Amino acid sequence: MDKFETFTGIAAPLPIINVDTDMIIPKQFLKTIKRTGLGVNLFDEMRYDDNGNEIPDFVLNQPAYRDAEILISGENFGCGSSREHAPWAIKDFGIRTIVAPSYADIFHNNCFKNGILPIVLPQDQVDVLMKDAEKGQNARMTVDLEAQTITSSDGEVFHFEIDSFRKHCLLNGLDDIALTLEKVSAIDSFEAQAGQARPWV
Amino acid sequence: MSPKTLYDKIWDAHLVDTAEDGTSLLYIDRHLVHEVTSPQAFEGLRLAGRKVRAPEKTIAVPDHNVPTTADRVNGITNEESRIQVEALDTNAKEFGVHYYPVSDVRQGIVHIIGPENGWTLPGMTIVCGDSHTATHGAFGALAHGIGTSEVEHVLATQTLIQSKSKNMKVEITGQLAPGVTAKDITLSIIGKTGTAGGTGYVIEYCGEAIRSLSMEGRMTVCNMAIEGGARAGLIAPDETTFEYIKGRPHAPKGAQWEAAMEWWKTLYSDDDAHWDKVVTIRGEDIAPVVTWGTSPEDVLPIDAVVPAPEDFEGGKVQGAKRALEYMGLTPGQRLQDIEIDTVFIGSCTNGRIEDLRAAAKILKGKKIKPGLRAMVVPGSGLVRAQAEEEGLAQIFQDAGFEWRLAGCSMCLAMNPDQLAPGERCAATSNRNFEGRQGRGGRTHLMSPQMAAAAAITGRLTDVREMMTPEPEPA
Ligand code: SF4
Repeated sequence: MDKFETFTGIAAPLPIINVDTDMIIPKQFLKTIKRTGLGVNLFDEMRYDDNGNEIPDFVLNQPAYRDAEILISGENFGCGSSREHAPWAIKDFGIRTIVAPSYADIFHNNCFKNGILPIVLPQDQVDVLMKDAEKGQNARMTVDLEAQTITSSDGEVFHFEIDSFRKHCLLNGLDDIALTLEKVSAIDSFEAQAGQARPWV
Repeated sequence: MSPKTLYDKIWDAHLVDTAEDGTSLLYIDRHLVHEVTSPQAFEGLRLAGRKVRAPEKTIAVPDHNVPTTADRVNGITNEESRIQVEALDTNAKEFGVHYYPVSDVRQGIVHIIGPENGWTLPGMTIVCGDSHTATHGAFGALAHGIGTSEVEHVLATQTLIQSKSKNMKVEITGQLAPGVTAKDITLSIIGKTGTAGGTGYVIEYCGEAIRSLSMEGRMTVCNMAIEGGARAGLIAPDETTFEYIKGRPHAPKGAQWEAAMEWWKTLYSDDDAHWDKVVTIRGEDIAPVVTWGTSPEDVLPIDAVVPAPEDFEGGKVQGAKRALEYMGLTPGQRLQDIEIDTVFIGSCTNGRIEDLRAAAKILKGKKIKPGLRAMVVPGSGLVRAQAEEEGLAQIFQDAGFEWRLAGCSMCLAMNPDQLAPGERCAATSNRNFEGRQGRGGRTHLMSPQMAAAAAITGRLTDVREMMTPEPEPA
């Protein structure tokens, strides 16, 4: 996984609560064999009409937000099924950070496994950032994970909380596999000992 | 030593490492893989230049996308399905894992072929990128579903990062009445505890009615633990378990069998073990049931009527309203008056030989209602072969059923076997969610016996009316 570095990017406003994984990526896209390439289908049903044409009103279709790297949204973001295709689509589109008052548990977990930072802020602070994001292309915010801050285009700084282990993993680009492989000698010795105790396995 | 549950014992025996915050690294004995949730995991390994740590403990099979008609030998027509299956062909070969391709007679639903070939053994930790992995708990194994990142993690490290669940005991006492099956047990439990009743728990099923079940029946019970919200469900191994395993291709033999038996016999919950939650149901109180709504908890005895939204409380009022609308049902309507268009006997819940025997027993010498679409999809090629040998295939075909090849089939709408909008199906599978069997399709879950009875009458039917009474023992 890439290291999560401080960046400044465009923030897109999506003022909806309970954004579910079916909205993020509908089930007809689960037949893919790749993690990548799902970005074009992100928010498919909100983004395209029945003929596959872009719906101009949808935020990510608007010229100002086509290159958004931050998404500001409502509570319980990512509810629904456990499909990892949801964070894959978000990441593939280019979004690296989501800001919302709360997230569904599995989705929240899946974000970290895919290098996405889901920031939790109180509703009133999310409201301020939402307003800021509505300014369009100039609404460039800065995300600093090390300092645990997101700064609005007006220079207003918001501090967020994050689990220190997860922060460490994102900052260093460590995925779970890399971390577990650091314990490979423990796995080796477990395997040797279990192989003795239960040789039929 | 403090008393332990069966779950505690298996957990402790597989603990590689525990961090300060309680997060543990658990060793995985068997990793089952299918085509839908694995391609990205294999791709991840390839990109990182990693190998499968224990290919000999990894078993792959295509099942979800596979057509179940004979013409599948000519290849899969749906482009995306074909690519997913071909990706598994390639990945299995490249990474050297055990593989049962579509052309292999042993191919079938991943949760059927694991036990059938002796891969599933008591005391093991078993995972698969599929929520119905709980099925394998019937052998006293700790088995549960995982996400794709976790599939990759297990492939690379043969371990899983886990925190421990709580212990829940579900006891089914006494005996089942005639016409009542393992499917009725498992649906009735969910009807009682709800789809979130098991959230945060690993369930152990016990009691006389569970002990009396065959391995097939036990697998049906554990299969739906996930529908009750539990991470896994398990049943302590006993003579029935050992009898089933003995002689299977990958089961231990000779001295290894003896050594395994010695350990397996210690796999039970200690008398004074601590349970965080206990649910008890009298076996005699369980009736043949069907689902009426769009959640597996929407369960009622077959002689009941369709409920009204007002019968419920809280958010369920709205939920029931929406379900009734989707299902096209009216409160007060007798369940037995609900007419169906399709019957599906199969899936990892009820696609085993005993399920087919039970359905065939009802269908013998009878015909399905004219105009009905009815299909039997054996859970594996071996189940299919055995059913043909026992003459069951003939009974199904004579009755008017289609006799299919093995796969997930109409359990989920990822292959050609699907419901059309508004079509109503009596199904032996495990999920009745909106669109599960095809967009707009309506699913009623039930046992294979009940599905067979429904095929004959063309409506939901009480199987007890069709059963020839067993002769009284002299
Ligand atoms: S039969 Fe159905 S529930 Fe079972 S593995 Fe296949 S799709 Fe999943």
